[in-house]
Amino acid sequence: MTIEVRNLTKQFGSFVALDDVDLTIGDGELLALLGPSGSGKTTLLRIIAGLEWPDAGEVTIDGESALSRGAGERHVGFVFQHYALFRHMSVFENVAFGLRVQPRRIRKSEAAIRARVKELLDLVQLDWLADRYPNQLSGGQRQRIALARALAIEPRILLLDEPFGALDAKVRKELRHWLRSLHKEIRVTSIFVTHDQEEALEVANRVVVMDKGRIEQTGTPTEVYDHPANAFVHGFIGESIELPVEVTDGQVRLGDSPLAIAADGLVSGPSKLFVRRHDMQVGPSGSGVLQGAVIRVRTFGPVQRAEVALTGGNKAIEIDAPRDQELRPGDIVGLKPRHYRIFAA
Amino acid sequence: MSIEMTLQRGRVAASAREDGADASAAALGHVGPRTEPKLVRIAITAIAVMFLMLFVVLPLVVVFAQAFAQGVGVYFAALSDPEALSAIRLTLLVAAISVSLNLLFGLIAAWGIAKFEFPGKTFLISLIDLPFSVSPVISGLVFVLLFGAQGFFGPFLAQHNIQVLFALPGIALATIFVTFPFVARALIPLMQEQGTQEEEAAISLGASGLQTFFRVTLPNIKWGLLYGVLLCNARAMGEFGAVSVVSGHIRGLTNTMPLLVEILYNEYQFVASFAVASLLAMLALITLVAKTILERRLDNEDIEP
Repeated sequence: MTIEVRNLTKQFGSFVALDDVDLTIGDGELLALLGPSGSGKTTLLRIIAGLEWPDAGEVTIDGESALSRGAGERHVGFVFQHYALFRHMSVFENVAFGLRVQPRRIRKSEAAIRARVKELLDLVQLDWLADRYPNQLSGGQRQRIALARALAIEPRILLLDEPFGALDAKVRKELRHWLRSLHKEIRVTSIFVTHDQEEALEVANRVVVMDKGRIEQTGTPTEVYDHPANAFVHGFIGESIELPVEVTDGQVRLGDSPLAIAADGLVSGPSKLFVRRHDMQVGPSGSGVLQGAVIRVRTFGPVQRAEVALTGGNKAIEIDAPRDQELRPGDIVGLKPRHYRIFAA
Repeated sequence: MSIEMTLQRGRVAASAREDGADASAAALGHVGPRTEPKLVRIAITAIAVMFLMLFVVLPLVVVFAQAFAQGVGVYFAALSDPEALSAIRLTLLVAAISVSLNLLFGLIAAWGIAKFEFPGKTFLISLIDLPFSVSPVISGLVFVLLFGAQGFFGPFLAQHNIQVLFALPGIALATIFVTFPFVARALIPLMQEQGTQEEEAAISLGASGLQTFFRVTLPNIKWGLLYGVLLCNARAMGEFGAVSVVSGHIRGLTNTMPLLVEILYNEYQFVASFAVASLLAMLALITLVAKTILERRLDNEDIEP
């Protein structure tokens, strides 16, 4: 199912949740809406689901206008951050709900409903929980039941609002992989909202980065990570060192000192220099582009993270260096960015 | 499990630990955080118990003692008196009308307040509490001013020969007014806490508005609703002030049980008076037990799944 969003605008009082948003979602995609809180991602999702109505704009699902239909008529599966399972129903009845409320003329027989629920519980690997109640389940189990419930109506689109937001880190990782493989299996067009960049990059085929009600960039995880379109995206995705610089006639200055990096084709004016933490090469004092003193070194995982106070400024930055490189607090080092981006501020 | 509950359990555990620390501190001869001597603790508890006995238990005992003062036969004779039967019938009828209407109104008001955002919401919530803060006599008077012969609707009612005051409609109206807050008050916090997500889930799964209400909303609030209905009923049957103003005290016609108790008492028919009062006292006791059970249910059910 293809979803087209055109010129979507939505305001809550004076707060602009969506500001003229355009987006096309292709059939079978697994799309992530990524952004900080208040960026409008959940509002966009809820408008597509029919749980919210826009002030202006159009949403079409497979060429048909969605806005003229209520949420129940759109055949959209919605998964809530806090599960929203029916607390007084067993797991089985929760999953069966969408089938039981169908109009009598198209409602399945009791046997067919039972078979379908069984099939869905098998799909989410929780058939053994059928008789339990939601408050007897763990967070991860609840979310999988919520997903099974949404899938029961054979939705044309699956929408997930921060599906793993309320879960602890380990369960969240497991569910991410599980969601990916589930999507591979059922191939239903899916959109999920998240503020967790790692989640978006790891799970989605395509990522839409949003901020303040606008789409900042759309692309594959690799594209948005390697080629961020602007300062916001660079700062939001991946861990970056961010330095305020001044560009004047093809020269970059940090405070008073000029930096020996190319600035071809940059517009003069106050700008921001972005370097990924692992892209900052640490060398002996005097080498590189920036100088600084190591304040602190912490070692974990495949890297060591050094906090470096830059010379001639009161700014300290964090860089990731290989573990075998010798770094001690007090060392004076030279820093050279392997890759960097400069955006006008 | 909700955070509050976890916190509560944590608190219980913490206080249990403190008790242990107290004991060990005392054993070591140190002064623990709780320094009151045992005697003081006993005295304080005794005062509380005595107060309760004097002001709650004793009057209740007196009611039943007086009612049965001349034996069981006289007690039941007093209750089967036509006037008493008429008062019981009227009380039950008024309670049935006001409880069912307040159930409906309370449910609608709570639904509107809990599930929608609109300007003036806080004002509406305070307005719902109005009957609690106004003296019942004033509530009754309001209806006299509205429906009395010289009242706002008086001429219209007289023209169409409709009797509101000194009749069932007036008594029911006054009772509805004073008991309005119970159901709404019981439901608003519950519905606000439960939010709208389950309803949204139901709607996105294709349920109609009615299906959503009967299959999702109502089951979630049933204990709270019952709790509100229970308190509403107790007050509706026991209301004196507002009803007294609008009833007209017509014997065998517009006297409810509380009014009859007063009339009989004023006429020195103590046994009959206390016999009717004992029915109201029993209603109170049953309400108390049911309320305790419901509160326990509510505690278990309003917690997030």
